[in-house]
Formats: sequence, C-alpha cells, structure tokens
Amino acid sequence: MRYLPLTPSDRQAMLAVIGAKSIDDLFADVPAEARLDGPIHGLPNHASEMAVERHFSNLTRQNMTASHTPFFLGAGAYKHHVPASVDHIIQRGEFLTAYTPYQPEIAQGTLQMLFEFQTQVARLFGCDVANASMYDGSTACWEAIGMAGRITKRSKAVLSSGLHPHYVSVAKTMAQYTGDTLDTALPELSPATDSARLLGAIDGETSCVVVQYPDILGRIEDLSAIAAKAHEHGALLIAVVTEPVALGAIKAPGEMGADIVVGEGQSLGVGLQFGGPYVGLFACKEKFVRQMPGRLCGETVDAEGKRGFVLTLSTREQHIRREKATSNICTNSGLCALAFSIHLTLLGEKGLRGLAELNHGLAVQAADRLSQIAGVELVNDTFFNEFTLKLPKEARPVVRALADRKVLGGVSLGRLYPDVDALANGLVVAVTEAATMEDVETFAAALQEVLA
Amino acid sequence: MSTINQSGWKPEMGSAGEAGPATYTGNKALMLEEALIFEIGTTGTTGVDLADAPKVTPRLGNLARHRDIGLPGLSEPETVRHYTRLSRQNYAIDLGFFPLGSCTMKHNPRLNEKVARMEGFADVHPLQPVETVQGALAVINELAVWLIKLTGMHAVAMTPKAGAHGELCGILAIKAALEARGDPRSVILVPESAHGTNPATAAFAGYAVENIPATSEGRVDLAALKARLGPDVAGVMITNPNTCGLFERDMKAISDAVHAAGGYVYCDGANFNAIVGRVRPGDLGIDAMHINLHKTFSTPHGGGGPGSGPVVLSEALSPFGPIPFTERHADGHYTLVEEETASARHPHSFGRMVAFHGQMGMFTRALSYIMSHGADGLRQVAEDAVLNANYILRSLEDVLDAPFAHSGPCMHEALFSDNGLAEGFSTLDIAKGLIDEGYHPMTVYFPLVVHGAMLIEPTETESKATLDQFIGAMRSVVQRAKAGDPMLKSAPHHAPRRRLDETQAARKPVLVWREPEQAVAAE
Repeated sequence: MRYLPLTPSDRQAMLAVIGAKSIDDLFADVPAEARLDGPIHGLPNHASEMAVERHFSNLTRQNMTASHTPFFLGAGAYKHHVPASVDHIIQRGEFLTAYTPYQPEIAQGTLQMLFEFQTQVARLFGCDVANASMYDGSTACWEAIGMAGRITKRSKAVLSSGLHPHYVSVAKTMAQYTGDTLDTALPELSPATDSARLLGAIDGETSCVVVQYPDILGRIEDLSAIAAKAHEHGALLIAVVTEPVALGAIKAPGEMGADIVVGEGQSLGVGLQFGGPYVGLFACKEKFVRQMPGRLCGETVDAEGKRGFVLTLSTREQHIRREKATSNICTNSGLCALAFSIHLTLLGEKGLRGLAELNHGLAVQAADRLSQIAGVELVNDTFFNEFTLKLPKEARPVVRALADRKVLGGVSLGRLYPDVDALANGLVVAVTEAATMEDVETFAAALQEVLA
Repeated sequence: MSTINQSGWKPEMGSAGEAGPATYTGNKALMLEEALIFEIGTTGTTGVDLADAPKVTPRLGNLARHRDIGLPGLSEPETVRHYTRLSRQNYAIDLGFFPLGSCTMKHNPRLNEKVARMEGFADVHPLQPVETVQGALAVINELAVWLIKLTGMHAVAMTPKAGAHGELCGILAIKAALEARGDPRSVILVPESAHGTNPATAAFAGYAVENIPATSEGRVDLAALKARLGPDVAGVMITNPNTCGLFERDMKAISDAVHAAGGYVYCDGANFNAIVGRVRPGDLGIDAMHINLHKTFSTPHGGGGPGSGPVVLSEALSPFGPIPFTERHADGHYTLVEEETASARHPHSFGRMVAFHGQMGMFTRALSYIMSHGADGLRQVAEDAVLNANYILRSLEDVLDAPFAHSGPCMHEALFSDNGLAEGFSTLDIAKGLIDEGYHPMTVYFPLVVHGAMLIEPTETESKATLDQFIGAMRSVVQRAKAGDPMLKSAPHHAPRRRLDETQAARKPVLVWREPEQAVAAE
C-alpha cells in the first residue's frame, strides 16, 4: 500500500519492543463481539493510483461544467476567474498540510496570512475587525444572529425577505433549539424590497435585523434607515454579503451603520466546487469583539521584541470555555481564507474596482438583452451582477430545457422556494466576467426558443 | 535485506552551531522575513489584467462606492513571492513528523488534490439541475455508502462542515427524536476528558452539561454513569477511542444502559483512525458519530480547515437527519432530497444545517483516499497507527510519566504527563524544545484530566526510522527538562520566532493592520 511505510519486518521488530505477540494483542480492549476478523465484506480492496484516477475521470464526465457552457448561475455561489497563482500557492505543502497555528513560532506563515485576511475583510465590509473565517456564509449568518442575541440579551430576529432561503433555513433549524424567534417573509417579484416591513417590525424586543446586500433577487438598497431604526431600539443590524465582488462597486455595509457584516467569500479564490468548501466572512464593530465566534489572529511580539502573530482571545472559544463558549466552532476555513486573501491581493483595490465594473457592465448589457425577449420582464431596477427575470411561464422546466440545449441559464426561484406560486416564474441570472456577450446571445436565443 | 540506513538522519549529523552575526535585512539566509501586504502593496497596483468594462448607465441606485477601501495590490511575481516566503515560516506534515494528538496529522496524498480539481467536480454549481451533476452526486453517494459500511450504521448525513458541526448535527437529531416521542429531556452527560467542542455543542443545543467521572485507568466509570442516568438525560457524548488514547471497553454496556434509560449515545469520532476497518461503531450500539474527513480520511488540514464532518446515524435517529441528501434510484440515476421533496421523502428531518450540499471538495478527496486503501488497506491503517502509538508509549514510559500505561495497550495515541521534570519546567518547555529539534510538538495540556498532558499521535504515516529519531529527540529533551537546562526554558532558539507574548496579544488585541499614524492615534 503506497501510503504506508512500515514493512513486515518493522512491524515484527516494533511488536517485540512493545512486548506483544501480534497486532491483535493491541486491540485486546475491544470486546470480542465487536472485533472484525478481516476486511469488511462487500467493500473493494486497495486500488492503484491509476485505477482511482480513472474512476473519478469517468464520474467527472457525467457533469456539465461551468467553463464549457454558457453559464449564468449565482444565488450565493458565483463563477469568477481565479488566477492560476492562487491555486499554485494554496497547494504549497507548508500551507496545505499545516495544522491550526497553535504553535505560533512555527506557524507564522498561516498567522500572518490570517492577520492580512482579517484586515482585508474588515476593510472590504467597512468594519473595525474581522475573524479568521467561518465554515461558510450560511453558518456565519446564523452565528451573527446568535451573537446579536448575546449582545442585546434579546431573542427576536427580523429577517429580510431578500435573505438567501438556505440561510433562512439554517437559521430556522438552529432557532428551533435555541428558543430564538425569527420574523421571516417570502420575497416578492418587485423592484422594491421589504424594508417597510423591516422598519415596522423593529421594536424593543428585537435583537437584530438581518438584511442581504445585494439580496437574493439581486436588488441593492441603502441600509442606513434600517440601521438607524435598529439602533434607536437597541437592536443590531446584520448585513449579509453573498457576493463580495459587489463591494468593489457599491458602498460597504459598515459605512451604512451595520454592526455585524457576514458573508460568503467563495467568489474570490475559492471556486464553485458544487457548494463547498467555501469560506464564511465575519466582521463587526470593535466593541463587540469579545462576543465574536471563531478564531482570531492578533499581533504581538516575541521574546526578542520581533513582531509576530498568535491566535488570541481564545477565552471565548470551546477549547477553553467548553459549555460557556461563544460558539462550538473549532475548525475554520483556513485554506479557503488563504485563497480569498491571495486573490484579493492580486486584485488590489484597483483590480477589485475594475472587476466589479466589468461584472456590472456585462450584467447591465445582459439584463437589457434578455428583457427584450417577448414576455420576459426584468424585475430589478437596481442590481450589481445578478438580477431576476419574470418569465411568462414556470421557470424550473425552462432551466431544465435550457440545460438540454447546453446552457446553464440561472437559478429558478422554484428550486429555492418550492410550492410558492407567486415566485414560480422567477429566474435569477448572474453575469460575471466569466461570461462573454456571445454566451449572452446563446442564452438569449435558447431562452427565446424554450419560451416559444 | 539491503537496508541502506536503518535509522535515517543520525543525531551526530549536525549541530546547531553559533547564532552568527546580525544581518542588515534581519534575514538569516533561507530564513526570510516578510512584511505585510499593507506595507509592500499599493492600492494602485494590480496583478490581474482585466478586459475593459462596457460603458453602461449604472443600475446601482445611489449606492456607488466613492470612499477608498484600502486594499493593497501586488503584481503577480510579488504575490507569489510574498506567499512563498510566508509559507516557509510554517511547519507542515509535508516537512516532518507532526504528532499532534487527536488531530490525526497523516500524509495528504496528492492524488486527492488532483481528482478534486477535475473540472467536473471543481467547476460545477451547487444549484445546477440535478441532471447535469450526476457525477458529483455519485461521488457523494459512493462516499456515503463507504462511511455507512465502515461504521456499520444505518445512514449518514453528509452536509456538516466540520467535526463540531457534525456534533451539532448528531445532538440535534437526538433532540428531534426525543421531541418526536414527546419526551424532551434536559441533560447531556460528557466525560471530563472530552474535546471542548462536546460540551460547547450540547450547550449550543440548549442542554445542561454534566460531567461523567472516569476510573483511575482513564475510562468512563460505568457504575457512576448508570447511577446518573434517568428520565432527564437526553444522551451521552463519548469519544471512543477516548482522548487518553484508550478504547472504552464498556462501550456496549454504556450504550445498552443509556438506551434502557431512554437516552441516545453520541460518539465523537475524532479518533476513528484507530479502529477503522477493525471495529464498526454500529456494533457498539452508538446512535450518532461524526467522522472528521480531515483526520481519518486524509483531507488536508489547510492551516485550520476546511474540515468536513459527516455524521453516521442509527436506524432510530435516521428519520431526523438533515436535508439535503442524495438518493440513488434503481436505474442508477441520482436525485437530491431537499426542501421540495423533504415533506414526502424525509418528513421528520430537523432541517437544513448549511447552504448547498456540504464539503464536496473534501468528499472527492476522502473517497480517493478510501478507494486507494480499500477495505484491506484501511484495516492496515488502523493497525499501523495503533502499532506506532504503542511503540512510542513503550519507548518513552521509562523516562516520562505515562499515567495510563498500566491500563492496557493504547490505541492511536500515547498520553504522558509532566510529572517528574525539574522544578519550574513543564510540558510547554518540552514542546518548545521539540520545535528546535525540527518537530511539531504533540498536543499539550489536553486532555484536562492529566497534569501537563502530552498527547502523541504518530498516525500510520510514519516509518520506524522516523519514530526512532523522534524517540531519541524526545528522550534528549526530557533529560534536559529533568536536569533543568535553562536553554530549554527559553526555547525555541532556531524557529522563525522565539516564544510569543500571548498575554499582550489578548490584553490589547490588535486584530487588523492600521497605518502607523492611525495606530498611534488610537492609543
């Protein structure tokens, strides 16, 4: 077996040192009825590298890949071009095969990267501080709601109808068990968001208001009024960003008064990967830092006075505080955070703004082109790189019919909100720099044909 | 046998030598200092060439961003160099022995990386129509079948993002099952030796946490556990093999007792590497167990994640597991059970834990590892991991206190304490001494049940020569700690940094970089 260096004679020599006759002696504490005599039946034995690779090659061909197809899916996961150097760097063994930096003297590479990442995320979101990452956007969102509960000592969260429905589902799952109350609503196919509902729902019992920006239909709205109303009532504003590239073009949520800003960092560096692993972004105002979940990297000095970095404020965390911790989270998403940080370093401010402008420009052109098709209506009057079309018929079968024509033409709202008739004709379309105007034309032609 | 060099690098092959003169740059030849991107980049620099944006009338409402973000950029060569220089300040399994107990730092095969990057897995969107992602769903399903068979369980929830998230999945399934039978309970019992995530998870799910006492040999005290069981106990969370490195001999009796009292058994599967292929947890009566794919099944730790924590479930808990999951149909095609079909196909689910379908990139890697080993190779993995740990235990117990050495063979990890070192010397000094010797230290001060715990998990990855050299280094460092060597007290001397001031970091947290003048102003 190519991954196992011990030889039969090594094993014999080691058993002799241990004083055991056979390997079975070492498993003597396993009750006899639970010991397996040999390999588990019905499972294949070991395979060569070539055989394993062949198996995966065969499976991978059964998938329609984004780069070989006109591709317009978003709704929380976006196709962006990832520079080749990102994937090269994250495959360096010193990053790939390191552990959590609990021994800082020999983990300064990971720690300095995390410090840079935290600073990048804080600046992008317009916040004071950020943590070293969470599992993904949906779990970061739930953790933010929990954190708002700890800060305000209240348990009613008001969720915007524009929050990604998976994020809402995750919050609902958790709320069943924590006793939090969630005030939720379904979105409507209209250019206006439900900010009036949110403003009306905030009261002295509210712990937080959660607003996605841009929202699930792609709409962008100023959060200042919601922040002001929330603060007036002692509640927090949590902003959720599922497309961080947008912040190269639009105001940061922190600038508009958000207290906690969380997000999905997949867009930068990580890739689609059928939904994971992704990287949760988590930033907030400095005064809330001791209520944050997850790992934090901080600057310090070593015994010779040289600058260095360590994991810090760990008295919030489960390995110290156990049942009194701010979260049960242990593992973060370190390697994805690295990919995010490298991509953002390659872009820099200039590149991020250029990328955002390019995304927006292509999306505007695509929205105008697609809404020329008879019966197709553009729902949004604001958007960044994603918008919602109202089709003259149910969108879900349309998406399947488009796939038959080798076009991956967006996410139907029927997939996200099954059994909601008012949303069934909605199609969410994302247009990034990875799409060409030829792709848009192919999409438009296929859509016209399917709708005919 | 034509062995060239049976013990590898000889201790006499090198000495640390003099520190040498100070340098202008602060660098020491290959040990290179590196500034922060904020100190070397500018907001006007970019390492990416982009097409010109089409001229359009913006649809951003009145929200166009005017204020500077403050994100420095680097050209591509500067970027590659920045991160390459940083990488060289990290220890890693690719560089050497990484015996971090309970973390299972094994070799990460590069085949796994290759298959995970195949376009059909890396470049597919989670919300594509299921007809266009049959290969991706097949990977999830094949891995699920392996995990079910290896554990002897009924079903598996694939979506949890890491071990602690898996624990939450298992505890929520237990809670849902109890609520479904109209018997909500309030207490979860957890041994003192448990990972911190166990009590944190139980508390997160709204349970009171109570300790289960241990026997003097480091195992759960069955009689005390039985005495505590009652109508308020929802379940127990037990790590098996436990964090003292021992197999819980009474696991089946524990499960039977908990079930008889109406509770459920959660098993922390962090240490599954010790028993994979040799013991099926399902045969021990457990109801739920997470499997850290980044431990037992070799997906890279990545400097702190991403992990992946699928949870195997008993027949009793399966109806309550989370959505989404894959279903394989008789004709070989796959579908997803998600919100749309859950009410018909999985009506008692406690709900969704995460957006999309879990850690697909980790599923491909883990499946690649599992197929490479096969049923026979995985069994060998457990055997070699346990053999290596016992070899270390028996090779060090004469110089280092091993509190449970009398409790029988250890499993995948060997536990020592810092009893018997010179006055003022502790586990931390041993750890920092090992850094100078070129090792990543073992897990320190965990489990909490042992004073100055040192938990050494070698895994099956290591050769006998590597272990022999480590044992020699460990004996040397221990002797220095017993002799009160002041140079050990100030170790490490040869790492990129000396001991770092963690107290200062926590007292005045500096979590983001600020321009020097701003940093001064903030003080």
